[in-house]
Amino acid sequence: MEIKSILLGHGSGGKLSHDLIEKLFSKHFDNPILKQQSDSALFGVEGKHMAFTTDSFVVDPIFFPGGNIGKIAIAGTVNDLAVSGAIPKYLSCGFIIEEGFSYESLEQIVVTMAEEAKKAGVQIVTGDTKVVDKGKCDKVFINTSGLGFLDEKYKPISSGTGIRPGDKIIINGSIGDHGMSVMAARNDLNISADIKSDCACLNHMIADVLDQTTEVRFMRDATRGGLGTVISELVQNETYGIEIKENQLRIHEKVRGMCELLGFDPIHVANEGKVVLVVGKKDAQKAVEIMQQNEYGQQASIIGEITEDYKGKAWLETMIGGKRVIEMLSGQQLPRIC
Amino acid sequence: MKYIDEYRDRETVLALAEEIKRQSTKPIKLMEVCGGHTMSIQKFGLPYLLPETVELISGPGCPVCVTSRSYIDQAIAYSRLDDVIITTYGDLIRVPGSSSSLEQERANGANIQIVYSILDALKLAKANRDKKVVFLGIGFETTAPSSAAGIIQAQMAGINNFSVYSAHKVMPPAMATLIDEGVEIDGYIGPGHVSTITGSGIYMDIPKKFGLGVVISGFEPVDLMQSVLMLVKQIENDDQKVEIQYTRVVKPEGNVKAQETLDEVFEYGDDWWRGLGVLENSGLKIRAQYDKYNTEKILDVTVEPTKEPKGCLCGEILRGVKKPKDCKLFGNVCTPSNPIGACMVSSEGSCAAYYMYNR
Repeated sequence: MEIKSILLGHGSGGKLSHDLIEKLFSKHFDNPILKQQSDSALFGVEGKHMAFTTDSFVVDPIFFPGGNIGKIAIAGTVNDLAVSGAIPKYLSCGFIIEEGFSYESLEQIVVTMAEEAKKAGVQIVTGDTKVVDKGKCDKVFINTSGLGFLDEKYKPISSGTGIRPGDKIIINGSIGDHGMSVMAARNDLNISADIKSDCACLNHMIADVLDQTTEVRFMRDATRGGLGTVISELVQNETYGIEIKENQLRIHEKVRGMCELLGFDPIHVANEGKVVLVVGKKDAQKAVEIMQQNEYGQQASIIGEITEDYKGKAWLETMIGGKRVIEMLSGQQLPRIC
Repeated sequence: MKYIDEYRDRETVLALAEEIKRQSTKPIKLMEVCGGHTMSIQKFGLPYLLPETVELISGPGCPVCVTSRSYIDQAIAYSRLDDVIITTYGDLIRVPGSSSSLEQERANGANIQIVYSILDALKLAKANRDKKVVFLGIGFETTAPSSAAGIIQAQMAGINNFSVYSAHKVMPPAMATLIDEGVEIDGYIGPGHVSTITGSGIYMDIPKKFGLGVVISGFEPVDLMQSVLMLVKQIENDDQKVEIQYTRVVKPEGNVKAQETLDEVFEYGDDWWRGLGVLENSGLKIRAQYDKYNTEKILDVTVEPTKEPKGCLCGEILRGVKKPKDCKLFGNVCTPSNPIGACMVSSEGSCAAYYMYNR
């Protein structure tokens, strides 16, 4: 269908977003680096390999259990670099602030950003501020861009070209926490469920895995569109299939309850501190154990594997032993989740 | 989760699957007529656990799917009026009308708000006295009582800028019509939520007139597998009747209070169903004494002529004579992000369920 105007679904990270990127942005901005279509752009500068990424944050509400818009703004960009195999180094940040926004809240956000950047070992080295008329944006929107350095041997990780049947799929813990935390924090639903967002910078944990193993074939942070979207994107080139076991997925009780109530599938709910890894059979268990040493990976586990069979399809063995396909999130599930 | 995990127990489900396999000798087709069942069956991958003799087919159980395109066109026309706020359950917003959708209209500036309850719509009306708040009343006996309660509350609280545009329907006429039309069905998995309100009595004609069993089922995998087993037993023993599997919620007499509320505000009238056409006394119309709260009586709009999409098999799929995969549009032209028919939009729609979980 021809796109007449932009719908909320175009920003969902799901299929409509993909269409918009393909039909508009990629078409007009076309160049070889953009064509890689990975979390970060990878390119060489005077013999060094770099990773470069950008992300904008419009989460509503701006404060929620487990974090605020500033924390996601740092974690989101740091994680995009880290899952490309890069060591994140420098960040920029741009603020778009609504006239009348509380200085105290802004300071709180900025302090969080500074703390989070320090923890992640990155520096915020440049920025920009714009203020718009009251009502022309909602409180505060933040954009961050990030630059990192990449060891050449990790270049195939972001595209996953090294993936082969028998490889294991790993995630560093429970799914759906961020999405349901933000939904519960919104007043309009009148739900009081104290769900903490998983928002966190994962670069140190990822670096540990990369340093101590040799078979990491692919990584991606499972943000908007959730684990399901990462998994279904992985099988799109149709060279292999995937089988995930639902009873290996960790879903917090309150998250499950809220998903039941609202009719969401936790597999499609956003995370802000979860990375999906594909690791060769030999190193998979070791990778899990390394992640378990880190505070953000204590519940890391193998959730499935790459299969020779049913190429191009991702199957979920359901908790009761049935089978179904995992699809990409389509349309809009939750607007303004990050 | 308590009260849910027990009904998602792997061992119990597998034992039921084994028992179904053991008892089922005749090839049978069982139809579910509740969108919640359709979604649950696909989400848990139940067909994978059933023997070849038992086929599950989806019927007209998704309220959004059976609603006419002209209803959407008229809702769009209301949304274009200057002083109107449209309130709706989420599913409806993406259903294509003849040339637009509510989602598209919202992007164009119409005031359309998703609510989770009719009470939210009432609140909105109270807070915006200068606007007319229209609630899109969609659904079967399950949601109709809350629409009725909303109208009664509006009257009691003196909220005069609130109305309901009703497309509410009742299920039994559709179930009888399907059999009358010769659709091959050997038994019905009866709708759990509808029956919570209505009780089991409304299905008594089905075994009596048509010789088909109805088992009113819950929504969890253990519920559904047990219901399939109950139907298999009925068919194998040629003892077709109405049974309740979902006894923890459904009582034979139903929810009498909700039935009274429904009856106070609504009366039966003929209504159009996608795939089935006009069915006698299958719709719920707002009684004349509540005209003040009936959008159709108080707002005047010109609605564009309805255009049905070419090639869309929604009608046949809702009758259970075709499966989503039989439709040429399914999965390539018609996807959840670009739905051609309503069955692809609602999370309870057969096409959406097949697309998400069984493609």
